[in-house]
Amino acid sequence: MIKWSRIWAFLLIVAVMFSVIGYTGLGVAKGITLGLDLQGGFEILYEVKPVHEGEKLDKGTLTDTVQALNRRVNVIGVSEPDIQVEGSDRIRVKLAGVTNQEQARKLLGEPARLSFLDPNGKELLTGDDLAKNGASVQYDELRRPYIALKLKDADKFKQITETYLHQPISIALDEKILTSPVVQSVIPGGTASITGDYTVDEATELAGILNAGALPVEMKEIYSNSVGAALGAESLQKGIYASLIGIALIFLFMLLYYRWPGVIAIITLVVFMYLTLLVLNWMHATLTLPGIAAFILTVGMAVDANIITYERIKEELRAGKTLLSAVRAGQRRSLSTIIDANLTTIIAGIVLFYFGTSSVQGFAVTLMVGIILTLLTNVFGTRLLLAIWVRSNALRKPWYYGVKESEISEL
Amino acid sequence: MNFNPKTWNYVSHRKQFYIISAVLQIVGLIGFLIFGFNQGVDFQSGTRLDIAIGKPFTEEEVAAELKQLNLEPGSIVTAGDNGERAAVRFTEPLNKEQIVSVKNAFTKKYGEQVDIQESTVDPIVSRELAKNATYALIWASIGILLYIIVRFEYRFAIAGVIGLLHDAFGVIAIFSIFQIEVDLPFIAAILTIVGYSINDTIVTFDRIRENMKLHKVKRKADLEYVVNLSIQETITRSINTVLTVLMASVALLIFGGESIRTFSLALTVGLFLGMYSSIFISSQIWLDWKGREFTNNRVTNNEAS
Repeated sequence: MIKWSRIWAFLLIVAVMFSVIGYTGLGVAKGITLGLDLQGGFEILYEVKPVHEGEKLDKGTLTDTVQALNRRVNVIGVSEPDIQVEGSDRIRVKLAGVTNQEQARKLLGEPARLSFLDPNGKELLTGDDLAKNGASVQYDELRRPYIALKLKDADKFKQITETYLHQPISIALDEKILTSPVVQSVIPGGTASITGDYTVDEATELAGILNAGALPVEMKEIYSNSVGAALGAESLQKGIYASLIGIALIFLFMLLYYRWPGVIAIITLVVFMYLTLLVLNWMHATLTLPGIAAFILTVGMAVDANIITYERIKEELRAGKTLLSAVRAGQRRSLSTIIDANLTTIIAGIVLFYFGTSSVQGFAVTLMVGIILTLLTNVFGTRLLLAIWVRSNALRKPWYYGVKESEISEL
Repeated sequence: MNFNPKTWNYVSHRKQFYIISAVLQIVGLIGFLIFGFNQGVDFQSGTRLDIAIGKPFTEEEVAAELKQLNLEPGSIVTAGDNGERAAVRFTEPLNKEQIVSVKNAFTKKYGEQVDIQESTVDPIVSRELAKNATYALIWASIGILLYIIVRFEYRFAIAGVIGLLHDAFGVIAIFSIFQIEVDLPFIAAILTIVGYSINDTIVTFDRIRENMKLHKVKRKADLEYVVNLSIQETITRSINTVLTVLMASVALLIFGGESIRTFSLALTVGLFLGMYSSIFISSQIWLDWKGREFTNNRVTNNEAS
């Protein structure tokens, strides 16, 4: 006799899961941070050297450099810069979604050392003498922008202007002289200005760099990878398209080959995909193109848990067991196999994460998240749904489980 | 030929499969020693520019355009689904000003839709990448070896790792012989194959272990029977699992676009090899090794491990 209460319980669980997914799924998917290969952007690995020969590079200097770089990135206005120290003398900068890549790249690499020079080229003041946020954009009477500088020590600057009265003092950035005004009078307030033929944007950027501070080190690009925004969008679109086709094929295969348990596998796979995206979203993991590949692969691997279980169930059915005991035995016997098989893949994932660089790491994270969730959805989820359904006594014929009557041996 | 995977005798043909694999590996090794890899820019110093032109163009036009900027490319290849991209490789790294000048020149000639993907690698970095990849392969093998020793026994572990190295090296050999360009995701693909091929092997081993408990194994013939039976029992699962993952990787290969092609190709080849080696190599090596217990000292041993 068919127990409708079981069927209703089954349908209710599926309905609840699917409404949650339908309601929040799109938001979850859109909330995932895309890597620079999917939305355009660049990644640069800098080799860092001290400014002066023979100086030592310590952790503090590297941290200062990272902070200065972060402040500069804020000048461009990138939402989530990823700037990290690697090893003892490297800094990796990843910027995704940058509209003007050339400008950003130039801005990052400049040492931005400000100096005030006397007519003989002797350094009088440096960027360190600038007050905090001491650079700002001002406008002259003709509404032309210029950069006003406020210095920490007004007296020191006053003395300098006294010494060099009626002589030119140059203000230079990285050995490039920006302006060389002649000191007309003694300046008491500790203010100076950089004038020139600047647009408002240029002036704002220059002020931003000066406030961000000079880089305490020399940086050399040793690896760079940049992806144009249009190319990134194309990769994303193709990745999604390929995923949909791959997933559709897997669903079709499961349905045709395993029939009713195949339907249950598809239900658990949908939940699996949703949860994987949800976890990636929570972890603030970055989805890269290899990450998309890992995602479809984990779908293929997750379904493996179903296949192992279902093959086992079919064997038990063929051996003449009843449906209920075949399902029980099949699930029990397949568990250790599934765990062993997945743990070895996790080992490979950990190693990949440890030795890999950015895009490979993105791949490894997706792979590991996927495997752990597989155990939740495609092992325990499948068990739950199958257990409820089997006890409902509906769809009992071996055909629904992909077994021919003729294959069943008598006990 | 009438071939039924559920009744075929896998064990009796094992010598043939050993020979096939040995020949493949030797040819692969010779090929690798002669040709090496066609290294992508990830492993070589230099710059690779992927210029999405979005309009019909000729390689000569691209060369002429670059020449005006005083740039001498090592190679120019038309790429993309409709041949709307130019992949240009420079043996010397370009600096950022040069990259900007290329972008400006092409935008001027072909219009605003021009988009550039650039990657530049210093030789120090590329050597590190290759070194890390090798370490990764070694550590992954050691990790998996230890895990199988704990969960099974050392013979399974060694046989399994031989199988996975067989697969990883098989892919490397094929990429080397056909001179397919190797890039960074290729390493990820190799390591995924390692993780995945052992997966198949474990499922077969698991069944062998189970059947060893069910059957009295007194002679080598009994052992052969058990191994053959275990393969027959798990063959549907092995084929079906690889089929589903293959569907995913072939979809990626065909529709996933240029940047993921190497990766999905390596994976597709590796998945095939993984299925092959777990059935025809790893299980059979274990059989021959374990079988020596019976031929050497005639001990009766019906323990599982």
